[in-house]
Amino acid sequence: MKFLFKDKLTSMASTLLILFIFLAIFGPLVAPYPKEGRGKANVDNSFIGPGWKHLLGTDELGRDLLSRIIFGARPALLIALAVVGFAAVIGTLLGLIAGYRGGWIDSLIMRVSELFLSFPPLLLSLVAVTFLGPGLVNALIALIISWWPWYARLIRVEASIVKSKPYVEISAAMGVPDRVIILRHILRNVTTPLIVQIAADLGTVILAAGSLAFIGLGAQPPAADWGLMVAQGRNLIFDQWWISTFSGMAIFLAVLAFNILGDALRDHFDPRISRQ
Amino acid sequence: MKILRNRLSSALLVLLGASFITFTLARVIPSDPALAYIGPKATAAEAAKLRITLGLDQPIPVQYFKYLIETFQGNWGYSLSTKQPILQEIADRLPATLELIFFAISFAVIFGVALGVYAAKYRGKFQDSLIRIFAIIGVSMPAFWLGLLLQMLFAGRLTWFPATGQFDIELKYDHPITRVTGFPLFDSIITGNYHATFNGLHHMILPALTLSAYSFGLLSRMARANLLEVLSQDYVKVARAYGLSERLIFFKLALRNALPPIVTVTGLSAAYLITGTFFVEQVYNWPGIGSFAVNSLLSIDYPAIMGITLVAAIGYLVTNFIVDLIQSKLDPRVWMK
Repeated sequence: MKFLFKDKLTSMASTLLILFIFLAIFGPLVAPYPKEGRGKANVDNSFIGPGWKHLLGTDELGRDLLSRIIFGARPALLIALAVVGFAAVIGTLLGLIAGYRGGWIDSLIMRVSELFLSFPPLLLSLVAVTFLGPGLVNALIALIISWWPWYARLIRVEASIVKSKPYVEISAAMGVPDRVIILRHILRNVTTPLIVQIAADLGTVILAAGSLAFIGLGAQPPAADWGLMVAQGRNLIFDQWWISTFSGMAIFLAVLAFNILGDALRDHFDPRISRQ
Repeated sequence: MKILRNRLSSALLVLLGASFITFTLARVIPSDPALAYIGPKATAAEAAKLRITLGLDQPIPVQYFKYLIETFQGNWGYSLSTKQPILQEIADRLPATLELIFFAISFAVIFGVALGVYAAKYRGKFQDSLIRIFAIIGVSMPAFWLGLLLQMLFAGRLTWFPATGQFDIELKYDHPITRVTGFPLFDSIITGNYHATFNGLHHMILPALTLSAYSFGLLSRMARANLLEVLSQDYVKVARAYGLSERLIFFKLALRNALPPIVTVTGLSAAYLITGTFFVEQVYNWPGIGSFAVNSLLSIDYPAIMGITLVAAIGYLVTNFIVDLIQSKLDPRVWMK
């Protein structure tokens, strides 16, 4: 794990990520105003600027912004894990089948994934969540819909490379069942590119989920969601600047941490890619 | 010629597929388009009548087929919220968006490539790590948040730039732009309306910078990495051994050969900009397709959504095609597959 602290930037990112994970787990215990973090309004306190009592100020309903941001860590990390997790599982499965089997099923899976990739990034998710109806779970489904094809294509390429290696061909000739070959040889060999891709995607998913929430298609009020909170402060940006500024900063720092660590992970596992 | 025909037919297939996915999403999911059209107050009888006029009583495949034919004939339906023809709405708004994308891409390419080259030249030095940090901040910054920050700082606090819109509202009255091509900023230049040009450029800077942040980050990383890759090649070593000047090696030999991947990434990031405009235009009240798209999504204006999706998919295809064209000019070995 030494590579996660290899230089100043990477150590900073690791520390940030540990902090976010800590807040996602223990947020309700460490938030200064846990009730307000959950969404309880306290209208007498609305729009207090950052100060000692409320480090990051309060929002329109008088809720402590720091507590709201701390509560937002859990959904942000969960949605990133869920989207990347599901997309990776679906994509890996289809990619393995396509790459190992070849033939018509390969072309079918690849054509379908191409179809999903014919939209500019994020557009398909936006359209899907609109028709599914706004909300956190639907946003999650919509993001998975447009994310799995990347994994299917990545794994297919890797699987078809491994498939033609002599030791795999010999195993097949010796009568080892497909299931065993896929699990023992192919899956094991695609793990590294898979991990690198997952690490690179976690930040992107947080960014995408935040974007959906910002235009009102993701989490709905009174949820403590970073993207939603930026949107709530949007029209107040010239006066109550702290609401959008600090909520957006949470998204930015989380994405930044994941992106820096994604780079570090890639350099560590695959120095070949990083040189290019 | 044959290659071109192949490209066109595969492009058509992609568009067919994209329209099919959007159509399925719009129809199979239980939201009643008729209800969206007349609003929740309508009676059941009114809704039933409308369903027949809109053709919603027919089987889904028939509806899809009809939709395809009408789309091809240029009848893209009417927006449920503005009641205007979709094609008209899109045609009116596309120029503002394209102008925004043009400036954003130019910013990203100029600054991204320049800084990437600079970083490669000073590899491992202080400048290199500074640019690396800039680049990773660029790709991690939510566009909508960056937009709000710039607005607050440069429009609100410093009042250097206007906060919203493509032109001042008064411009319509004191220096109206004569419509020639429909591209407002371009028209103001060719008709010599320089007051409007400066006003438009003044409004352009913040949104274009916001939109370009991601591409800037991507491009500077790519430019640096590719340049370093080329510089480590044998032919560069040979050139050095022959005593060619570093300057010549760097700019003539290395940069030229690092260009093709940079072009690819430029195209890729142009594709990101298509959806990027949704958020940036929303923040800056830009009168383009992006803000229209967000409003249509929020009001489940499904004919508008389908139209916008189609235009976006076409834009994506065109971008890829242009990238391939430039690629084949740069490197004759790459001829379009």
